[in-house]
Amino acid sequence: MSESEVKNLEAMFDARIARDEKIEPKDWMPEKYRQTHIRQISQHAHSEIVGMLPEGNWITRAPSLKRKVALLAKIQDEAGHGLYLYSACETLGISREELYEQLHSGKAKYSSIFNYPTLTWADMGAIGWLVDGAAIINQVPLTTTSFGPYARAMVRVCKEESFHQRQGFQIMMTLANGTPEQKEMAQDALNRWWWPSLMMLGPTDAASVHTEQSMKWKLKRKTNDELRQQFVDQTVPQADLIGLTIPDPDLKWNEQTKSYDFGELDWDEFWQVVKGHGPCNKDRIAARVNAWENGKWVRDAAMAYAEKQSNKELEKAV
Amino acid sequence: MKNWPLWEVFVRSKNGLEHRHCGSLHASDATMALENARDVYTRRMEGVSIWVVPSAQITASNPEDSAELFEPAKDKAYRHPTFYELPDELKHM
Amino acid sequence: MDKNLVQYIFGIADNALILGQRLGELCGHGPSLETDIAMTNISLDLLGQVRSYYQYAAKLIGDEATEDTIAFLRKERDYKNVLLVEQPNTDFAYSITRQFLFDIFHLLLLEELQNSSDATLSAIAKKSIKEVSYHTRFSSDWIRRLGDGTEESHNRVQTAMNDLWAYTDELFHQTAADKAMVAEGIGLDVSKLKEPFYKKVSAILEESTLETPQLEYFQKGGKQGIHSEHMGYILTEMQFMQRTYPNMNW
Repeated sequence: MSESEVKNLEAMFDARIARDEKIEPKDWMPEKYRQTHIRQISQHAHSEIVGMLPEGNWITRAPSLKRKVALLAKIQDEAGHGLYLYSACETLGISREELYEQLHSGKAKYSSIFNYPTLTWADMGAIGWLVDGAAIINQVPLTTTSFGPYARAMVRVCKEESFHQRQGFQIMMTLANGTPEQKEMAQDALNRWWWPSLMMLGPTDAASVHTEQSMKWKLKRKTNDELRQQFVDQTVPQADLIGLTIPDPDLKWNEQTKSYDFGELDWDEFWQVVKGHGPCNKDRIAARVNAWENGKWVRDAAMAYAEKQSNKELEKAV
Repeated sequence: MKNWPLWEVFVRSKNGLEHRHCGSLHASDATMALENARDVYTRRMEGVSIWVVPSAQITASNPEDSAELFEPAKDKAYRHPTFYELPDELKHM
Repeated sequence: MDKNLVQYIFGIADNALILGQRLGELCGHGPSLETDIAMTNISLDLLGQVRSYYQYAAKLIGDEATEDTIAFLRKERDYKNVLLVEQPNTDFAYSITRQFLFDIFHLLLLEELQNSSDATLSAIAKKSIKEVSYHTRFSSDWIRRLGDGTEESHNRVQTAMNDLWAYTDELFHQTAADKAMVAEGIGLDVSKLKEPFYKKVSAILEESTLETPQLEYFQKGGKQGIHSEHMGYILTEMQFMQRTYPNMNW
C-alpha cells in the first residue's frame, strides 16, 4: 500500500469517527489506533483484576454476613469486568496469554491506586466510594468511545459500577454514623485513600502525552485535570453529608469558578508508585503471577480432557 | 502451553425473547463454556437459555466490500464482534 | 425454644458457613478468571443459604440473637460443621475435591430436607436444591477433567481424594439433636444417605479414571464441636471484627 493510499484511508477513518460512527474489529484501522486501544483496554482490564486483590483481602474478615456477600458480589463483578475488557481487547488481535504476559512482566500498567494496602474494614467503604467514584468519572465518557467493543463493554461496566459506589458510600455512612471508633476508622480510611484517588485520574494535563490523539479517537472527552476537578466537586459535598473531613488543608470553595480549589498532589509519589515502588506493587503482581502459574496444570488438564473427549466422539462416529 | 479457545455467548434472558450476543469467554470445552457463561453473563438476570459457539465457527460478513483489496473475501479468521445489548427495561446508571 | 431444632440447623448451616469462608479465600487466586467467578458464585450461594438458616435460628433463639451473633460470636465448640469443610485450599485439586465430596452429600441432604414437616426448612431446602444441583454439576465436571486430564492432574486429584476421604464418613453420623428431629419428622436420618453417597461418588471416580480410596478408619468430631486445628484460625479471621469492635452496626 502506498503512503498516499494509507493517508487516504486514515482520512476516511478519522471522518467516520468524527461522524460518531463506531469502529468494529474487522474494520480497517491505523496501526497506531490498534496499538493505543490494545494498551488502554488491556490496562483497564488489568486494573479490574488486580483491583480484586485489595478488596479480596477483607472477604474473610467482613464484619457481617450481609457485608460479606455484598463484598464478594462486588469483587465478582470486577472479575466479570476484567473478562469483558479482555474480550474486547482480544478482538484487536492479541491473545489473553500475551496480555497476561505483559501484566506479569511489568510491561503493561494497571491503575496505580491498587498498589495501596487495605488496612481496615473502612477501606472497603473508601474504595467503593472514592476509587469506584473516580473510575465512573473516567468510564462514563468511554461509553461513547469510537471502538465498538470497548464502548459496549463500558456500558455494561458502568451499570454495575454505580452499585459499587453506592455500596461503598453506604459503608462509610454507616461507620460515620456509628460509634466514635467507627467514625475514626472511616476518617482514617478517607485520609489514606483521598490523594491516591485524585491521582487515579492521571497526571496533570501538562505531563500528559497522549491527550490530543485520545481526544480525536474519543478515548478521552475531558482532560485529566478537568476530570479531577469534577471528582473533587462531586465528592466534597458527599463527605460533608456524613461529617467526614477531606484531608486537604488547602481545600476551599471558589465562588468565582463555582468549584473547589484544592491542594497540590505529591506527583513524586505518583510517579514512584507508577514505576513500581508503591507499598503493594510487588505483592499484587506476585499474586497474579502465582495464580496464573499455579493454575497452569489445571488449564492444561482441562484442555487434555477436552481433547480426549472429542477424540472419543470421533471414534464413536466412525 | 495449551490455550483455552474463545467462545461467543448468546443468552435468551426471558421467555419469548430471542438469544442475544452478550460477550465471549475462554473455556476448554462446551460444558465449561456453558457453565462459565451462566456464571459470568446471567448473574443479574434469570437467563432462560444460553448458547455457546466456538468463535472460530462463526463466519462474519465483510464490513465493506471494497475492502476486498486488503482482506480475503470470505474471512474465517474471525475477530468476534463483541457487543452488549441492554434490555430496554434496565435503567441507566 | 426447641434447643434440638436450633442445634439441628447449626449442623446443616455451619457446613455452608465454613465452606463459604474457605471459598472466599480463593477470590482473585483461581487458575483462570472464569473459574474465579464460578467458585465465588458457589460461595455466594452457600452464604445466602447460611443467612436463611441463621435468620430462622435467630427467631427460634429469640433474646436478641441475629444471623450475625450466630455466625460470629459462638465459641469453637458450638459450631457443628463437619471436619471436611475446614480442610484448607492446599491446591485447586484439594479445593475441588472438598467441594465435590460435600456437594454430592449436600444435594442428597437437601432432596430429603425439602420433605421436612418444618415449613421454613422445607422452603430453604427447595430453594437451595437449584443452587446445589449446579454446584454438584460444576464440581463433578472438574473431577472428571482433572482425573482424566493430564498425568499431573490425575495424580494431584487422586492425592487430594485419598486425603479427604478420611472426612467423608462423618457426614453420615447422627447427633442427639439429629435423632430428636428425625423423631419429630423435621429432620432426616443422614445415615441413610451413606450408601447412595458412596455409590454416586464411586461412579464419578470411575468415569474420571480415579481409584476409590479404601479406608478402614475415618476422622470425626466436627459434629460434636471438636474440630481440626484449622478451625481456630478460620474463626480467628472470621470473628475478628465482631470481637475487636463488639456491639456495633456494620
